[in-house]
Amino acid sequence: MSLIRALTSTRDQRSMHITDWLTYGFLLLGVVLMFGPALWLAASSLKTKSALQEFPPSFLPMGQKEIKLADKPDGLPVYLVPNGAGQSVELALQRRIGLIGLFIDPAKPEADPVRAKMDEVKPVRELTVAWDNYAEPLRRFRFDRFLGNSLFVTIVSTVLTLLVNSMCAFALSKYSFRGRDAMFVFILSTLMVPISVILIPAFLVVTSLGLTNSLWGVILPPIATPTGVFLLRQYMLTIPDELIDAARMDGASEWRVYWRIIMPLAMPALAVLGIFSVMWRWNDFLWPLIVLSREESFTLQLGLATFQGELDTQWHYLLAMTMMTLAPVVIVFTLLQRHITTGIASTGLK
Amino acid sequence: MFKQLKTITGGLMALCMPVAAMMAATNTAKAADPTEVRIMWYSDGNEGDVMRDLLDRFEKQNPDIKVMLDRVPYKTVVEQLPALLDSGQGPDLARVTDLGGLSRHYLDLRPHLKNAKYFDDNFASSLPWFRPATGNKDGIYGVMSQLALTLPLVNTTLFQQAGIPLPGPKATWDDWAKASKAVADKVKAPYPMAFDRSGHRISGMSISMGGKFIDGDKPALVDAGFKSGMKNLVDWHANGTMSKALWGSVGGTTYRGATEEFANAQVVFYMSGTWQFTQFAKTVAKNFEWQAVANPCGPAACTGMPGGAALVPIKATKNPQAVARVVEYFASEPVYEEYHARTLFLPAHAGLAKKGINYVTDDANVKKSLAIAVEQVAQTSPIAFKFQGYEHNRILFNAMISRVNQAISGEMSLDDAYTRMQADIVEGFAAKGIKLQ
Amino acid sequence: MTHHAPDQDSRTLSAHFARGFGLAYTGLMRALEPPFAAIQKRVGIKGMAYVFVAPNMIIFSVFVALPMILNIWYALTGSNRLMIGERPFVGLDNFSALLDCKDYLDVNSCKQDRFWRAVHNSVLFVALQVTAMVALSLVTALILNGKLRARGFFRAVFFFPVLLSPVVVALIWKWILQRDGLLNALLLSSGGERVAFLHDASWSFFWTVFVSVWAHMGFYALILLAGLQAIPADLYEAAEMDGTPKWRVFWRITVPLLLPTLLVVVILSLIRAVQAFDEIYVLTGGGPGTATQFIVQYIYETAFANQVHLLGLAAAASLLVAVVLMVLTLLQLRISYHGKTS
Repeated sequence: MSLIRALTSTRDQRSMHITDWLTYGFLLLGVVLMFGPALWLAASSLKTKSALQEFPPSFLPMGQKEIKLADKPDGLPVYLVPNGAGQSVELALQRRIGLIGLFIDPAKPEADPVRAKMDEVKPVRELTVAWDNYAEPLRRFRFDRFLGNSLFVTIVSTVLTLLVNSMCAFALSKYSFRGRDAMFVFILSTLMVPISVILIPAFLVVTSLGLTNSLWGVILPPIATPTGVFLLRQYMLTIPDELIDAARMDGASEWRVYWRIIMPLAMPALAVLGIFSVMWRWNDFLWPLIVLSREESFTLQLGLATFQGELDTQWHYLLAMTMMTLAPVVIVFTLLQRHITTGIASTGLK
Repeated sequence: MFKQLKTITGGLMALCMPVAAMMAATNTAKAADPTEVRIMWYSDGNEGDVMRDLLDRFEKQNPDIKVMLDRVPYKTVVEQLPALLDSGQGPDLARVTDLGGLSRHYLDLRPHLKNAKYFDDNFASSLPWFRPATGNKDGIYGVMSQLALTLPLVNTTLFQQAGIPLPGPKATWDDWAKASKAVADKVKAPYPMAFDRSGHRISGMSISMGGKFIDGDKPALVDAGFKSGMKNLVDWHANGTMSKALWGSVGGTTYRGATEEFANAQVVFYMSGTWQFTQFAKTVAKNFEWQAVANPCGPAACTGMPGGAALVPIKATKNPQAVARVVEYFASEPVYEEYHARTLFLPAHAGLAKKGINYVTDDANVKKSLAIAVEQVAQTSPIAFKFQGYEHNRILFNAMISRVNQAISGEMSLDDAYTRMQADIVEGFAAKGIKLQ
Repeated sequence: MTHHAPDQDSRTLSAHFARGFGLAYTGLMRALEPPFAAIQKRVGIKGMAYVFVAPNMIIFSVFVALPMILNIWYALTGSNRLMIGERPFVGLDNFSALLDCKDYLDVNSCKQDRFWRAVHNSVLFVALQVTAMVALSLVTALILNGKLRARGFFRAVFFFPVLLSPVVVALIWKWILQRDGLLNALLLSSGGERVAFLHDASWSFFWTVFVSVWAHMGFYALILLAGLQAIPADLYEAAEMDGTPKWRVFWRITVPLLLPTLLVVVILSLIRAVQAFDEIYVLTGGGPGTATQFIVQYIYETAFANQVHLLGLAAAASLLVAVVLMVLTLLQLRISYHGKTS
């Protein structure tokens, strides 16, 4: 498919080589740019803490080979040491004194150590997969609890957001009543004001309602999103009024009109808002940080941040748990991918 | 029809199940008979795990108290805790670093302790740090959970490779800057000197250069000593002794360490502190030799800045007795010793400092460095201790780090930066209801 | 909702999921019918409008409008105290501190230089970011709308970064861009020079734009893709029969029919650009110096992060910004509304 053809969306079968190249070049660049970093993230989550800090970074989780000797609790790093005959042998570093290293032959640990200059030896590197990054935090990190909280927050608030916003948008787009325009302008005027600039007073409101440390304190405040109302109202304006009048003629109640006619027809816009909402809520950090302080009510994003201290961050754990956090959304979106695009596209968003 | 209804209810149930399960789960947590004590705790390394371990033992010995250790992000302590405390909520105990800034919310444990004298005897140097200005003059408002001291860490292998001797214990800042630069040039290390980007780190140097920081209870940040400290930083960035790649890559009051660069043998002289030992034991391992060295000297002193984190009781607690028992347990010599031995922190405990702690490590670099660190605590200037205990020191730290950084990045001259620092301080004090000038 | 499930994958897990969801939806809505019917009996059809608006307006008033009003009080009071009663009234001091400039074009002459630096940076950032975002997501959507091999895969690829949390986005790019990061390693190995991507002010600014486009572009491309697919194919077929040149088809059919969708994308991306904060804050912390400090970060830092808690100043700044944003929003909607009707 050529770029021109893509641009014009015709179903022309003639091939145009240069533009073909351009199109696939763009896509390839896209794959490298958009997907590459994510793959790297996945590979990095299996690196040891020291491998993570290595410059220049490697793609695969490489680390220095280590050998455990019977009488030592920790493994000893292995180096390639020249043996004087033009060859190199793999020896384990026992001690280092300045620029000199004392090496032991793992095959003959009883023999006298070999001395070698540290700048003449080469570390032996091998694939070192740190499964512990996953296993260790799962043992003490309350992943299941955090996951449950995150699921609860995301599902409940997305359902409520869709319901509450669509009801409001329905009224704003399909009824004429006193104060309608004022309400719409009122909501719209806050469209661009981010919640992060009213954190303190919002915290005060949540506190006086006794919602601190409750998941409802995280769920409720961002439900009435102006973006959602705006998006849905604009879409619902395009639904012909005749459909509604006909339904009323058949004796349908207003609620029935709303859920049998408006909602199915507004599916594309609802899908967009749904994706927005799931992404916002799943990844939300700032607001839960202000509302929640007890470990049992933490969401995954807060749980992840507990690996970040004042002076040091446990990146190896943080990355591994990030991958675990990412898994549910990736699965859901992969499963629903086709439904989302066809759903949005079936009528188009205007 | 009936079948349809069944599917519908089934669908509904499926949707509600997680909701119901969650509700049930949150409710059961509340039904607990023993007195509950909540600790808000952030971790840099393994101290949260060690603490939980010690608390498990406490709970076994004291079945009437249940201690919940909420392991939170450091951001929670900085950003949420003050808001919680202001609104009269919050945990019973918290691990904090802004010791003075939050002190009006602390509880004096003296009346609730079984043996208050033990605290007076062993924690005398750090107790004033969390005593609020309006509080009881002999109040016990918390206990350090980690004493930290800023000091330089040096990559001795790089020195050896360059064939340049390590400057001695009384070497000046100038000596170290020149030596580090010479070593770096020879071995092609990109960072001769690196400082953590934090007010604490640069304060030690400024005190050594003669900076006073406070005058009575008023801030007196910009004086000749402070200026020569700041000028060092700007000059070193200009002549390549310090690299803009570290401080230059962030802004505001954002912390930026150089741990990764140090672990990759790119830094010759790293001004950081005692808390780094544990992680370098892991990340440097045997790749090169490093050690802590004595703080370089200026005309006035050779000092680092003390600091660290404290476990403080919150005034709003409903169970001061239980809180006191938890603190007394944690501060008791064997527990305190085990905690520090396993976390490789320095103890703020006079008895233990004298006796020495048998740290759980067999890393030669760490052992050497810990010994030097203990020595350095004793050498710390009284001005540094006083400034660490100054209730409003955060205002000064923030002003200096964000403004000197603007001078380094060329956004303003150093003189303008001083003016801005003073304006920031006036503003910060005004917010606390204190009028300067 | 089940109606939209394509027949061919009726047996797949996702179809089951959609079916179950549809059932739950129908069940819930049916269950709510009687109470709403009862209400309708009392208030009439017209009155139902208020019933529909009520839940949203109540939540909106309590959690958005009320805090904004409280914010006004914060802006008029001083001190670092949180509780409203403990804050002394200072009148317009906070505002005059913010607006105290000898020359508005020279930030160094302002009392609150950081605020003005943030304003300057934000204006530039929004202009660049929205332009880049709309242009790139449009090109991506156009290409993904073509007949491609592995189209589903490519669509997923471009959407993927949207799933990442801001902290992770920032982390990935920090690793790529830092002095010894991936990009410099690539440059060095191909014989180039090391570039100061994060500590050179202009580069740093460029990367904040780049990273925020990278992280969110997939979402807008998806919306535009949906808009493209909604354009009836017979329009193109007719144009082809007439032998209309392709660029003409693009300008005469694609662009006008896509315009409403494009407008939504412009507005949404503008909103997000103004609010941009998380990933940039973690990536650059506003540095070097204050080169990438934006307005939301200024407010956030002033109120929270630097432990001094100048709540009044932060509130005043947020009010100034909010007023400007409100005016801009309404202006923009007015223009787009007129554009649509004419």
